[in-house]
Amino acid sequence: MKKPLNTRTDGRVLLSGNEAIARGAWENGVHFAAAYPGTPSTEILETIGEHYPEIEAQWAPNEKVALEVIGGASFGGARVITAMKHVGLNVAADPFFSLSYIGATGGIVVVSADDPGMHSSQNEQDNRHFARAAKVPMLEPSDSAEARDLTALALDISEKFETPVLLRTTTRISHSSGPVALAPRKEVPVKGYVRDPRRRIPIPAFAKAMHTRVEERTRALSEYGDTFPFNRIYEGDRSLGIIASGVSAAYVREVYPGATILKLTMTWPLPWKLLERFISMVKEVRVVEEGDPFLEEQIRSHFLIPAEGKKHFPLEGEFNLRTVRKGLGLPALPAAAPAEVPPRPPMLCAGCPHRGAFWVLSKIKASSTGDIGCYTLGLMPPLNAMDTTICMGASIGVLGGLEKAGGHEAVNRLVAAIGDSTFVHSGITGLVDMVYNGCTGTVMIMDNSITAMTGGQQNPATGKRLRGEPSARLDLEAVCRACGVKSVRVVDPHDLKGLESILREEMARPEVSVVITRRPCVMIRKPAGKATAVLDPAACIGCRRCLSLGCPAISFRDGKPVINTLLCYPDCRLCADVCPKGALSKDYRREAVDAE
Amino acid sequence: MQSETTSILICGTGGQGILLASEIISTAAMLSGMDVRKSEIHGMAQRGGSVVSQVRFGKTVHSPMIEDGAADLLVSMEKLEALRWSHFLSPAGRALVCDLEIAPPSVSTGQAQYPDVLGELSARGVSFRLIDGFGEARTLGNLRVVNTIMVGAASVGLDLPDASWRDAMRGLIPEKALEVNFKAFDRGRELAG
Repeated sequence: MKKPLNTRTDGRVLLSGNEAIARGAWENGVHFAAAYPGTPSTEILETIGEHYPEIEAQWAPNEKVALEVIGGASFGGARVITAMKHVGLNVAADPFFSLSYIGATGGIVVVSADDPGMHSSQNEQDNRHFARAAKVPMLEPSDSAEARDLTALALDISEKFETPVLLRTTTRISHSSGPVALAPRKEVPVKGYVRDPRRRIPIPAFAKAMHTRVEERTRALSEYGDTFPFNRIYEGDRSLGIIASGVSAAYVREVYPGATILKLTMTWPLPWKLLERFISMVKEVRVVEEGDPFLEEQIRSHFLIPAEGKKHFPLEGEFNLRTVRKGLGLPALPAAAPAEVPPRPPMLCAGCPHRGAFWVLSKIKASSTGDIGCYTLGLMPPLNAMDTTICMGASIGVLGGLEKAGGHEAVNRLVAAIGDSTFVHSGITGLVDMVYNGCTGTVMIMDNSITAMTGGQQNPATGKRLRGEPSARLDLEAVCRACGVKSVRVVDPHDLKGLESILREEMARPEVSVVITRRPCVMIRKPAGKATAVLDPAACIGCRRCLSLGCPAISFRDGKPVINTLLCYPDCRLCADVCPKGALSKDYRREAVDAE
Repeated sequence: MQSETTSILICGTGGQGILLASEIISTAAMLSGMDVRKSEIHGMAQRGGSVVSQVRFGKTVHSPMIEDGAADLLVSMEKLEALRWSHFLSPAGRALVCDLEIAPPSVSTGQAQYPDVLGELSARGVSFRLIDGFGEARTLGNLRVVNTIMVGAASVGLDLPDASWRDAMRGLIPEKALEVNFKAFDRGRELAG
């Protein structure tokens, strides 16, 4: 859904945390933005792309490149922003740590959107540790209005203290909306590039001085935090003082409005004098924070007081009002236990190109080392065609490693399954490694011509840029050949027979091979007509083979498949192709039920 | 405080217009001068899965999430999803349920039964009203307005000025679809009135 940002109101508009960050960047003269999509951060760059043409904006091949590019733009004196999901900062960690030493010229905002509760992620890593480890100041909004305001302050802090600033959100902040008051854009001139190798080349001789500056900066920032207006004490009952930040602070203020609360918004470096004042005000201190005991451990070790936190709150999962109530010893609201109902797990869409690829793997009793994307759903029954996933790009390295452990035998029933965007992100180096180190496995690049799981973003292999501008299309076949792969074959994954014979040949080949399954994602493709699958009940023997596709448009009732004509995708005929009796066909004349 | 905040949970399955419905409700509340929080989940959770959006409004709202047992209103575009989220309802809360069954995969493939949702809701003491959203949408000639019919039904008892609802829809729905959505909204109000 495209959301108009110009909804006329009483001066406020309803913005998500991500939209508010984009707005804050635009209002405060940001010139340039680059990112790689990742839930829950994606809408920051999407909003910039869609609504703020004054900001030059682009998708990068991965988070590391995004941060390097905005680092360069900052050297050139531009105000810049990048946004990534929490695990994206792992990829960008190398430039992140070095940019801390080198510092910012134009303001640098690095948004890390963490995902407690793992709504769409592989772990619950708490990226507040990155701020401390890289010695970069960190701001944490607790609603959309703050997300906008803190983006402005992050830019100012970045330029004043010559440091990148980490703006850390969580899914609940990024994807929750609240009213935001808008302001016009303030133009900030690009300062221009001034050569200064002693500040920008961290060879040991220069980096020693840089490190000293970083430590001085951290001390100065801690003092700045003592009077930072968003670090705020709400006075109340002084028997208990609660320290919280981000969405946890919102929960605390709701369930315990009478408490004395210190809401920390700048959470690295910590404002020691402000904390000292707060601690002296209250009898007992309790820390409420999702994730790791980041604030708790620092406060305990600095003040040597029993500031309790994780004794009462879980390390795992996302907090909610109930968690916070319980951890603060408040009575829970009466509520019924959740009803036991069948789950509704995410599924590959009807017509999804990946379904054909995984169905064939499953048919030939093969599986895959997997990667990050919609296609990770290939692990689900009935397809059951994925064995492993580590992180972006890892499918290829894992396939190579399995072969090193068990020889060719270990991988002759496996392929590395990786999407086009993920291959560009960090799969190419894995392929170089496989060829270089004498592997024999097969890499299946599932090219659906979009970055699908995050909602459909362009990438270097699609031939379009962020705003749809045409661009040079990365030639995946040529890249694979350049890596040294001799056999690179392209096939439509809905050509089940063709794909099966190609996979059998390539998996048997005693050298690295690449099979590109190329068919566009159903989200980006407007098929002609409204054909739906039609069952001939007389021919159907109820063998349930159509159910082996795991298509959401096919259900089974009274011994026969039933096609959901609203979901059935016109240009897909997988069910007709797998039916052994020809009982399913695609009727291209049939009008879809949906009257538009 | 809880009692001064109205909490609405809107649920269903991917593609049913849940996000637009919650956007209309939260924008209408904001245009009525309230503080608002709306929370939803994107990403992997969207691929045909269960979708939920939470809206809270009042004088001052902090939490974007509703606590179990604290929702004043549950609006479900699908029957089973109403049952799935019913524990969020407060004892005095009520549910508006679109009379539509979408089988989850385990039911489609015959491994599980679609539950007796209405029976179970009654057994749980949930006060609910069934709305024939699809039938009504068909009568209006556009199956895409089921969500707006449900929003119209939800608007009854929310005590927001009519102008706020219209302005919210004007801001969020494309011009050419506005007329039928206004009709859908009015029809929803009639059904729940």
